[in-house]
Amino acid sequence: MVNILANPARFLRLAGAVLPWCWAAAAVTGGVGLWLAVFVSPADYQQGDSVRIMYIHVPAAWMALAAYTLVAVFSAVALVWKHPLAHIVAGAAVPLGAGFTAICLVTGMLWGKTSWGTWWVWDARLTSVLVLFFLYLGLIALRGAFDDAERGNRAAALLALVGFVNIPIIKFSVDWWATLHQPASVLRIGGPAIHPSMLWPLLTMAVAFMAYFAALLILSVRAEIAGRKLQALLVAAGRNEPAADGLQGEAR
Amino acid sequence: MTTARPRRPAFTRRRRRLYLLGAAAVVLGLAAMLILNAFEDNLVFFYSPTDLATRTDVPRDRLIRIGGLVEKGSVARQGAEVRFTVTDTANRLAVVYRGILPDLFREGQGVVAQGRLTAPGTFEAREVLAKHDETYMPREVADAIKRSGQWKESEGKAGAGTGATP
Repeated sequence: MVNILANPARFLRLAGAVLPWCWAAAAVTGGVGLWLAVFVSPADYQQGDSVRIMYIHVPAAWMALAAYTLVAVFSAVALVWKHPLAHIVAGAAVPLGAGFTAICLVTGMLWGKTSWGTWWVWDARLTSVLVLFFLYLGLIALRGAFDDAERGNRAAALLALVGFVNIPIIKFSVDWWATLHQPASVLRIGGPAIHPSMLWPLLTMAVAFMAYFAALLILSVRAEIAGRKLQALLVAAGRNEPAADGLQGEAR
Repeated sequence: MTTARPRRPAFTRRRRRLYLLGAAAVVLGLAAMLILNAFEDNLVFFYSPTDLATRTDVPRDRLIRIGGLVEKGSVARQGAEVRFTVTDTANRLAVVYRGILPDLFREGQGVVAQGRLTAPGTFEAREVLAKHDETYMPREVADAIKRSGQWKESEGKAGAGTGATP
């Protein structure tokens, strides 16, 4: 199973076929989701209209966790099976996850100010998500810190696996400790505690975020593969004609 | 790229790496669990009135946070000063606060207050934050549930029941 997609050429063919569908899904669900969130869904009985921040904040938080999980899975695959494509996918997902985490943190601060009365508190949930953000940044830095790309990949993959400890901590922080952040509303024992009129816009936005993530991931992986091909061509051209300009060598 | 890599008998090495990674994950997970377990009591963001009444390790001489529900009918304003009672249904704590309250502050709502214990059962707050729970619904639905008498007192509340037990 791992081997089927490990072939970059096969991956590129499949990714090229899937990509337009990802964009279409992101555009449609994003448009519909935003319309539902802003115009159709009701104000909350406690929080009024500020509850609409949820439709951005919660999908961003989900994607922050999902992207990290994906990074960890592909890092494990890359370490065990040594598939170069797995490193590329993990590396491509890291900046995207960092972006979603940043969105989650910023919208969370706005929401916290309106509902709790403060931008930030150092409770277990907020702190563990901030740690996730720094983990993402650390992964970006570590991958680029080595002259040898392969060593950078391996180091980043190991850090990604160690950092995975943080994911269940984030998820269950609100259950294990007394936090200012409220417990989970959707993925909880006893079913969602959100009225369907607010749950459906939220799930629609979640699909939009997921499709958008998939589209960006494919683009990013494609760019990385193209970059490496170009690099290989330049190197090969340089070896054949040491004096010639690399691009000329490629054009022949 | 490595599209035309010759097949090599790497199965056992792969398997060894897989086992190694699995073992490392187990050890790391256990270590994390032990650390979190050790932190358990220090990671509380706030103490409940019951914690204050029963636990002996609550610091009395520095800033702490307390949390619970604002008891119904307990809010009394005198100029800029607000007095109210925080309860977790088992124990109560009188809170004094001078300052701006968040919009969500109301009787029956969960709050987290930072401040100092001035006397047994009295808390002087420097900052009061509103806590809300995981329930979201339109106003009409909340009103309808209240009218039908199905409203659970635990609903629309936070703070109660969230002790430091993982």
